[in-house]
Amino acid sequence: MATQRTQLPKSPTGILGLDEITGGGLPKGRPTLICGSAGCGKTLLAMEFLVRGAIQFNEPGVFMAFEETVEELTQNVASLGFDLNDLAKHKKIALDFVYIERSEIEETGEYDLEGLFIRLGHAIDSTHAKRVVLDTIESIFSGLPNPLILRSELRRLFRWLKEKGVTAIITGERGDETLTRQGLEEYVSDCVIVLDHRVTAQASTRRLRIVKYRGSMHGTNEYPFLIDESGISILPVSSLGLEHTTSSERISSGIPRLDAMMGGVGYYRGSSILISGTAGTGKSSFAAHFVDAACRRGERVLYFAFEESANQIMRNMCSIGIDLHPWMQSDLLYIQATRPAFTGLEMHLTMMHKAITVFKPHVVIVDPLNSFVVADNETDVKAMLMRLVDFLKMQQITGLFTSLTAGGDAFEQTDVAISSLIDTWILLRDIELGGERNRGLYVLKSRGMAHSNQIREFLLTNHGVELRDVYVGPSGVLTGSARLAQEAQEQAAQVMRQQEADRKRLELQRKQAQLEAQIAAMRAEFAEQEADLLQNIEQERVRESLLMQEREEMAQSRKADAETNQHKAGMA
Amino acid sequence: MPRKKALDSTQAFEHAISRSQPTLYVLRLYVTGMTPQSAQAIASIKKICEEHLHGHYELEVVDLYQNPQLAKGEQIIAAPTLIKKLPLPLRRIIGNMSDIERVLVGLDLQKKD
Repeated sequence: MATQRTQLPKSPTGILGLDEITGGGLPKGRPTLICGSAGCGKTLLAMEFLVRGAIQFNEPGVFMAFEETVEELTQNVASLGFDLNDLAKHKKIALDFVYIERSEIEETGEYDLEGLFIRLGHAIDSTHAKRVVLDTIESIFSGLPNPLILRSELRRLFRWLKEKGVTAIITGERGDETLTRQGLEEYVSDCVIVLDHRVTAQASTRRLRIVKYRGSMHGTNEYPFLIDESGISILPVSSLGLEHTTSSERISSGIPRLDAMMGGVGYYRGSSILISGTAGTGKSSFAAHFVDAACRRGERVLYFAFEESANQIMRNMCSIGIDLHPWMQSDLLYIQATRPAFTGLEMHLTMMHKAITVFKPHVVIVDPLNSFVVADNETDVKAMLMRLVDFLKMQQITGLFTSLTAGGDAFEQTDVAISSLIDTWILLRDIELGGERNRGLYVLKSRGMAHSNQIREFLLTNHGVELRDVYVGPSGVLTGSARLAQEAQEQAAQVMRQQEADRKRLELQRKQAQLEAQIAAMRAEFAEQEADLLQNIEQERVRESLLMQEREEMAQSRKADAETNQHKAGMA
Repeated sequence: MPRKKALDSTQAFEHAISRSQPTLYVLRLYVTGMTPQSAQAIASIKKICEEHLHGHYELEVVDLYQNPQLAKGEQIIAAPTLIKKLPLPLRRIIGNMSDIERVLVGLDLQKKD
């Protein structure tokens, strides 16, 4: 689709997605065959081509109906907002119902379809039509005899249409082994589109495939398409590829401690996040946290719920303290709740695609992903999710998906095997320990960031998800009561240690006191002894002096040499 | 559209009966120019009318090229087409009228074998 150099001139259809697949539209001035079984949307596709041509591209058209009357057609497409009466009045569209009643007709020899040519030619000339639809021209085979003549006349008709330079759509009912009952594909060989209406697991999906497109590149896959109140929209897959730009902006998960596990800043913007876990592990609560965080940042969030209604989600999230009502009221959040069985997979995808295109969200939540898995359609689901993930990435939309894993399976296996598409995968699990189940989580992978490898326990409290501290016991992470017991034990041990320290401090104080008492006693003893000794010394001195005195007195009385005695006394 | 025609033709039919004359045949042959097919059809139908409906038929030959809008109005796709407007039921006889037997069957002048 990249080469636009010598492209075949094309006639844009204006139908969402079809122009992308065909690389610009149907071959201009040539007939295109659209075939498919009953009820797959041939008439509508043709009509939309014509109406959009008349309104958007100013190319008037002629619709020649062989099956429905003009009134029926007008009524049928009025539900899509096309006012055929008005378009017919302004000569933008000419409608002609060709009525063929087999019982009225008697063939009496050779004939041709010149009447039809004149009729069509007149309609084309009177509206200056550039587009023509013949819906379903094959029915002339049941109305007119002699198929040989009809075949050659049809061949002539298609050639004539080419000469007229009109872009034509011819619709045909699907045959048993051929694309159309009468093998029209032999005559219309420029472009053949097959529509299909398939029912798988009781859900129907319409698909479109371009079987052939002469002289042009085109998408070759089967593309699911949707018919709703605004007409046909086709989901082109061809535009998807691994070419998306990546953002290195980080956004919070809404749970601070979970952010902390992912390098402290949370998810990458535009990444795809999977939260998987068994039933009741709190997947939706994690999603709600993320929704809340995104809305707080002022971002738009589109929430696809496949299990709960919008009201139920809001009520349940209130119970964990997350109030989503204000975001709903301020149009930041839109919850689209549908049952997975409502339509087929492709239809869901197309509806999601459309909702995303219309709502232009920053964040998309799909809760849960794998409710789509019915019976053995895993490959389909995977293909669908791949397209969804790719589409979100192209638009730089952060996608958060939850996935319910069946208990007993390997935890690291999602039902839809989409792990390879996911950037950040958080696994929630029940941890059974000590006769109870508790909730644990770990980051299984997270591309492009350092992340914690620890298993963490979390609680759903009335103010949201709360991650607890980690206690690793001999048999893994301790959770629940075991964690509480461990917490209590640690607390007790701490108290004991505290008490021990206190005790030691007291002892020290006591020892110090003891020592001081001893010192005081010794001091007292010393003081006592000192006093004793001083007293002794004094006594001695007193006695000495008394002795001296006595001796002097004695000497005086003896009249001895006073001076000598005095000296001797001094010496003593 | 056919219903409206039927109403008119019913009146005409009753009118025709009241005159108690042979049934009036109102025939219209649409051709597309003077192709050999057209020529053969015209010649053939004129002959049949003269032989079987002498005096009580009206035949009009219309060239669709001259009046293309009639193709839509008369619900014509094949050419040549002979429309038997009266007597009812309305019948379209297509082809070059070379098979006279079938033309007679178409005009209810002969039972189908």
